[in-house]
Amino acid sequence: MTAASTETAAARPISPHLTVYKWGPHMLVSILHRATGDVLGTVGALVLTAWLVCAALGGDIYTAFVGHANAWYGQVVLIGLTWSILQHTASGLRHLLLDTGAGYELDSNRLWSWIVAILPALLTAAFWLYIYYGKL
Amino acid sequence: MDGGTELGKVRGLGSARAGTHHWTTQRLTAIANLMLLTWLGVTLATVNLSSADAMTRWLSSPFAAVPLVLLVISVFTHLRLGLTVLIEDYVHDAALKLGSLVLLTFFTFGGMGFALFAIAKLAFAAATGAPSAG
Repeated sequence: MTAASTETAAARPISPHLTVYKWGPHMLVSILHRATGDVLGTVGALVLTAWLVCAALGGDIYTAFVGHANAWYGQVVLIGLTWSILQHTASGLRHLLLDTGAGYELDSNRLWSWIVAILPALLTAAFWLYIYYGKL
Repeated sequence: MDGGTELGKVRGLGSARAGTHHWTTQRLTAIANLMLLTWLGVTLATVNLSSADAMTRWLSSPFAAVPLVLLVISVFTHLRLGLTVLIEDYVHDAALKLGSLVLLTFFTFGGMGFALFAIAKLAFAAATGAPSAG
């Protein structure tokens, strides 16, 4: 933005009042969708590729990879990626539904935003309880 | 100067009829990712893949190797589209934006290439009876 346009903008009423809004869960799932997508596109893709390449490189290197994956920091990364996948998937499904033109009524939008914000964390816990204990 | 652009200047420079390509490809790969990652999640939770030999045995089946190949292609296509939007939204310096997009393209095809080669090596090592790596 140029200096001139900033001066003009300051003198006028600003619409649509970008600093005046009421917080809602749809904002949370929106920014989580972007944040988890960015993490998956970078860290997630690197972990996926490293897993396959280490396996192809052979026994010792793959053993080292599995060792890192099973260490506490590896588990933190994998649990974080699991939640990111499920969070991104849930809000992605929400977007696919919104693409059809459905789900814009204020009440149902709010309800499904809350479900999308909470359910992935529960599913992540269920997945890792199954991994650790072999049952839910 | 008049309000519009002269017809002679814009002819041939209009819509390439590809305006929705990004959007539709993102949705298409999203659906593919949903199916393929569900399959991978169930596999990782139920199959022991903690050794390179186990990976080779698993990927010797086309019903493991092919979905994994498709997953890699779909995931890298989808992440390239998503991160492209991220860069376009937040990187405003023209040179830095171009550089970032080039780097993202290299990352996409580089990662895809390494992952696909790794799957092929594991799959064909088993299929031809060659000694597994390591």
